[in-house]
Amino acid sequence: MGELRLMKGNEAIAEAAIRCGCDAYFGYPITPQSEILEYLTLQNPEKTTGMVVLQAESEIAAINMVYGAAACGKKALTSSSSPGISLKQEGISYIAGAELPAVIVNVVRGGPGLGTIQPSQSDYFQSVKGGGHGDYKLIVLAPNSVQEQYDFVKLGFDLAFKYRNPVLILSDGAIGQMMEKVQISDFTPRWTEEEIVQMTGSWATHGKPETRKHNIVTSLNLQPEPQEEHNHHLQRKYKEIEDNELRYEKFFCEDAEYVFVAYGTSSRLCQKAIQLGREKGLKLGLLRPITLFPFPKKQIKMATKKAKAFLAVEMSAGQMVEDVQLAVKGKRPVKHFGRYGGMIPMPDEILEAMEELIAKVEKKEAKKAQKKAKKKAEKEAKKQKN
Amino acid sequence: MSISIQDIIKEENKVFSKTKLLTDKVFSYCPGCGHGVAHRIIMEVIEEMGIVNQTIGVAPVGCSVLAYDFMDIDMQQAAHGRAPAVATGISRVFPDKYVFTYQGDGDLAAIGTAETIHACSRGENIIIFFINNGIYGMTGGQMAPTTLEGMKTSTSPHGRDLHQMGFPIKMTEIVAQLDGVQFATRQAVHTPSAVRKTKKAVKKAFENVKNKKGVSFIEIVSNCNSGWKLAPVKANEWMEEFMFPVYPIGDIKG
Amino acid sequence: MTEEIIIAGFGGQGVLSMGKILAYSGMMKNMEVSWMPSYGPEMRGGTANVTVIVSEERINSPVLKMYDTAIILNQQSMDKFEKSVKPGGVLIYDNNGITHPPTRKDITIYLIEANKVAIKMSNTKVFNMVVLGAFLQVKPIVNIEDVDKGLKKSLPERHHHLIALNEEAIRNGMAAVQLVQEAA
Repeated sequence: MGELRLMKGNEAIAEAAIRCGCDAYFGYPITPQSEILEYLTLQNPEKTTGMVVLQAESEIAAINMVYGAAACGKKALTSSSSPGISLKQEGISYIAGAELPAVIVNVVRGGPGLGTIQPSQSDYFQSVKGGGHGDYKLIVLAPNSVQEQYDFVKLGFDLAFKYRNPVLILSDGAIGQMMEKVQISDFTPRWTEEEIVQMTGSWATHGKPETRKHNIVTSLNLQPEPQEEHNHHLQRKYKEIEDNELRYEKFFCEDAEYVFVAYGTSSRLCQKAIQLGREKGLKLGLLRPITLFPFPKKQIKMATKKAKAFLAVEMSAGQMVEDVQLAVKGKRPVKHFGRYGGMIPMPDEILEAMEELIAKVEKKEAKKAQKKAKKKAEKEAKKQKN
Repeated sequence: MSISIQDIIKEENKVFSKTKLLTDKVFSYCPGCGHGVAHRIIMEVIEEMGIVNQTIGVAPVGCSVLAYDFMDIDMQQAAHGRAPAVATGISRVFPDKYVFTYQGDGDLAAIGTAETIHACSRGENIIIFFINNGIYGMTGGQMAPTTLEGMKTSTSPHGRDLHQMGFPIKMTEIVAQLDGVQFATRQAVHTPSAVRKTKKAVKKAFENVKNKKGVSFIEIVSNCNSGWKLAPVKANEWMEEFMFPVYPIGDIKG
Repeated sequence: MTEEIIIAGFGGQGVLSMGKILAYSGMMKNMEVSWMPSYGPEMRGGTANVTVIVSEERINSPVLKMYDTAIILNQQSMDKFEKSVKPGGVLIYDNNGITHPPTRKDITIYLIEANKVAIKMSNTKVFNMVVLGAFLQVKPIVNIEDVDKGLKKSLPERHHHLIALNEEAIRNGMAAVQLVQEAA
């Protein structure tokens, strides 16, 4: 095991890339993630591991450089923040369509438009519902600590190559900018040319040897029939990912009557709100999706057995809450609480929102109980009369 | 004495054969189109240099979007205009390989201008083939950035009005200004001598890659008889008369 | 033990780096730490603040509304953060440029004339280390050896010759901090 370091979330992404055997990073400056490119250019890993680092002329160019490198069977990484990720969507759709392994990092900031540079989680829809054109899914990992920010780079490449599918690390400005302890891993060497051919020779472009047909990386079919078949294949793959790659974390859920659902920075804030709430005797818990696709639908559905209501906390006007509602299927109230445009909700604000929800649910319950008691009393009276 | 066809088709009588780096698939290009010849020349050079196992091509969006169906080499298909960025990605992770893009005028000179300029400016060790026929062929003959003044297309039905639609862009002259470009030339493929000259330029470009000299930019002024609504021979005549004065043939740099 | 701190002042006062050194020092003591800056254009010349949490337990929220300690180095920050000190908590401030000193009675208030101390040392760059010294005198959550280790870790090697000077500044800060008021 490597050493323990105090690192910014953005630096952790960069260091992890160097150490996990990443072959290339292509990026373009944008706050609040520029430290990734800055750190990489300062470290200059081309001299040590041989990892290529290049500042592209735009986010569009950067994602297409990733396309080119990934289509060679190389581990290619890019990062940006919300407006830049919007620019990358074309390339991401092509990468998904051509089934290329790549890791894309979004250190989300407030939107829409140029928005703010402060943290936000308003790119959830873009990330999990397909930000670009066509029926495709990204594997979406949502770190909530600098350590996870570090760990998810390697995990991202593992998943990307396992499924030949782009992986998105959905971070935000808070995790990108904050410093925490990080357990650094040892260096994993980059794949050798032989290993790359061995691992990716069936599809990647390395230069055609006599021994095989030419490899073509494309997302185009002029005829709809093969394109539909390709889509079927993609959908089967996404199903397989849903079956095998779900990750989530439960926090104080065992006895929880009221459950927060939150990812990334919001999940940390909810943990504090739970701590404050439990001090008051409230039975609060947190279900934290770590993968946003796949989404822990079943786990949320299961939680309805014990939980009386759910509060989705996001730094957005309410995006993930829709998926929570779909999972709960109307069995329990599901509300949303969020600050947005770059504002981070404070844990006590979150607790207040939960207390409001609890009050509503309890009022409803009390009313129900009252009605029931009244009916019972009436029945009883009727009986006596008779 | 009569000679049967069987007597003629013998190995010793063979004067020309198709490079084995072109597949047997029938070209999707219109009869008379320059793409077929351009494809052939490039594949011939790769075969002659014996570098097929080190060569990766990038197809654009445009008529040559399916270039990979005809070129029997490893290829990638890029998003519209992004081929130079894709080629950058390839060349950076495979610095010893031969990487080229094959792009049309809409792809390279309109939507992909930024990618073209910056790949050239960085001096990526790649070849950019730029097929300029002054029109969007694939989508049905719309105006391109290289469309000539007065030329009628489906989106300039009254002829390109310079005042309203701007001037034809001369990409090869533009990129020749950039320090990252080693070799910039404009050629054609409509006559045997033009083909010979173009092939020489193609060879030089691949040699440049071998010697890591940066970008080689080869524009091939070509025809689009469907888009221009002219028979192939007429189209070539029109090209000589009207295209060549605006896009003069010859080396511009290197 | 969990100590939740806000350090706030002008950009250029070394607010962020002071927080960083504190976080490093906590890490040297095997504690959990988080360092969450306000970032953006306000860093350059405007106000800057950083939330530092040092704890023996896993840290949940990196941002807070109320703090155990507020270290306040300009008037804007005083206006913003005096009210954010937990009742019974600590406020440490440098009175240089302060026109409205803190008025709360339910918190313990310390004064550190860090600017004066730094000028006396003929090196205004050590200003933030003087402030750090004042904090460590009041809240000895880490000792000076941990800070030394933290400095070694956080400073590039070419700046290691400054560690002795920084240590001196910290000690001067420890000596110079004055109690203004005990929490009522």
